[in-house]
Amino acid sequence: MSSLILNTASGLGLAGLYFLLASGLSLIFGLMNVLNLAHGAFFAIGGYAGWLVMDRLDGVPLGLRFVIAVLAAASAGAAVAVAVERGLIKKLYGLHVEQILLTIGLGTALVALLGGWFSYDPRLMNQPPWFGQTTDFMGANIPNNRLLVLAVAVLALVGLLSFLRRTRHGLIIRAGVENPGMVRALGVDVDRSFTIVFAIGGMLAGMGGSLATVYFNGISPGLGTSQLIFAFIVVVIGGLGSVTGTAFAATVVALTQVYVNNYVGTGLGSISVVVLLAVVLLVRPQGLLGKRVV
Amino acid sequence: VTKRLLLTALFVAFACAPFVGFGVPWLFSSEISSPGTLQVLAIALVYAGFAISYDIIFGFTGLLSFGHALPIALGAYGTNLIMIHAGLPYPVAVVLSLAAAVVISAVLGAIALRTTGVAFAMVTLAFAEAFAILILSDPLRVFGGEEGLGLASDQVPDLFRGVVNTRNLFWLALLFCGLTYLVARRVVSSRAGRVWEAIRENEGRVHMVGLEPFRFKLASFVIASGLASLGGSVYLLLVRGANTSIASATFTLALLVMVVLGGPGRLWGAALGGFVYAILNLRLSSLANSEAVAGLPDWIEGPLSEPLFILGVLFVLMMLFAPGGIASITDRFRRREDTPS
Repeated sequence: MSSLILNTASGLGLAGLYFLLASGLSLIFGLMNVLNLAHGAFFAIGGYAGWLVMDRLDGVPLGLRFVIAVLAAASAGAAVAVAVERGLIKKLYGLHVEQILLTIGLGTALVALLGGWFSYDPRLMNQPPWFGQTTDFMGANIPNNRLLVLAVAVLALVGLLSFLRRTRHGLIIRAGVENPGMVRALGVDVDRSFTIVFAIGGMLAGMGGSLATVYFNGISPGLGTSQLIFAFIVVVIGGLGSVTGTAFAATVVALTQVYVNNYVGTGLGSISVVVLLAVVLLVRPQGLLGKRVV
Repeated sequence: VTKRLLLTALFVAFACAPFVGFGVPWLFSSEISSPGTLQVLAIALVYAGFAISYDIIFGFTGLLSFGHALPIALGAYGTNLIMIHAGLPYPVAVVLSLAAAVVISAVLGAIALRTTGVAFAMVTLAFAEAFAILILSDPLRVFGGEEGLGLASDQVPDLFRGVVNTRNLFWLALLFCGLTYLVARRVVSSRAGRVWEAIRENEGRVHMVGLEPFRFKLASFVIASGLASLGGSVYLLLVRGANTSIASATFTLALLVMVVLGGPGRLWGAALGGFVYAILNLRLSSLANSEAVAGLPDWIEGPLSEPLFILGVLFVLMMLFAPGGIASITDRFRRREDTPS
């Protein structure tokens, strides 16, 4: 029983990371039809921004320093994402394949840039001691870092949903996902929403990167790229453009992965996730909660 | 006709490379006939073949597959595993692994082709990545994990063994590249090839005239995968083992970069792209050791010593300024001649 609780906690923590990475991808794709393959690089940039803060800001107590680190990671992710959208993606509006190719080159270059600056060896991070301890929950000792990641991801989900449902920008984004042509025809500046969506995606990915550094106990340039694959699976299963679908799929994918790894065989978890993807596609090609992509 | 002549001449020129006793300044420090240089050229030729096979799917049929590393890895690992466990000689193993790769890609292709566009890209990526994870984490203890699988050299003909025989390996790579080109040329100019291009341009219309796009797309996917698997078998000999790097998602994306670099939808363009990519990737690291770079501050020197950084930046610039690839540059000249001003 206690091992089940422990695995569930690990799985939910991982689900949090997947959600942070995949929700931005899903929104960007839903609104702009851009598959952003540089998203993994945003994730890694956030990770290194957080790592730098934890490593260099010596005078500040560790707990506060971590809060600053997450904020720095979120801002770094958002800043890079906005720069990419304004500077590069915008030039290729309407050319979907070219945009994808551009983000591939960009992702490759950014990851290599991080590799050149920080080397490819994983860097360990200074952490507040509380993160390494465990909390007793119904007889299981759950590592606190799992809980932390999960809590931040839930906050992000609530924040994102209320932004989309309660603000005017959110309304435009939701309408844009539904029918971009109509929104444009009504005289709304959709281009500005594109930038906002990219900023949100970059911010969430950056936060995810700093939390992944805690979850995996270290950061390396390729971290985001390896997680990006699972984020893609989450996005496809959840349905492109659906935030609740993404959250739900992130949970399903992460729990499947962790359970199979622990109860069936190590290394089989990731493969079972791909099988899950194949099954979902055979039954419901548009994803669980997605609109039909033509 | 001139193109055919030109390509034949190029093929013959390459075939003579092992007898060339001088080097190329900047690119190859030692003479071309030396084993080291021949090895680099052979890898570049295999990459060119990979790029040609990928161009069938991406450039001609318009399918954005992110899983083309899978058949390549299947060819390399499959051939090696058959040699190790069944003790069969190399040529037999190549044929068997080719058959396996064709069957596997037919099944996976049939599933992935239920989706279109970007979803198709993500699904193929997921399939390829599943295999990459399978060989990396190696739960069955057969793939050698991170170290990869050293070549079962006992089953390899003497002809392809040892540094002395690098020139034979080079010819094998050239043969693979040429063969891939001929097969690809044949299929894209066949009737099915015409339908592929029609699907790329407008799938709905293909459906309208009463053809089933699914079958044609699957055929394109399977043929390209078969060629890629053959290339994987050749690559296995070249690098003396099957390693995880050719199975990774990064490698698939590199294939995409190669084809786009050269010019998609044009076989010689793709081949050129693959060749140039390989040479750049293998040679740019020597740039880092050059004096011009060593004098720069650390924060510039670090990234410049990463070939992938330079390639990535080049690629981004190309997408912005020359989206048709290297092949489109010659087009531009041709168009200028054609249009009377």
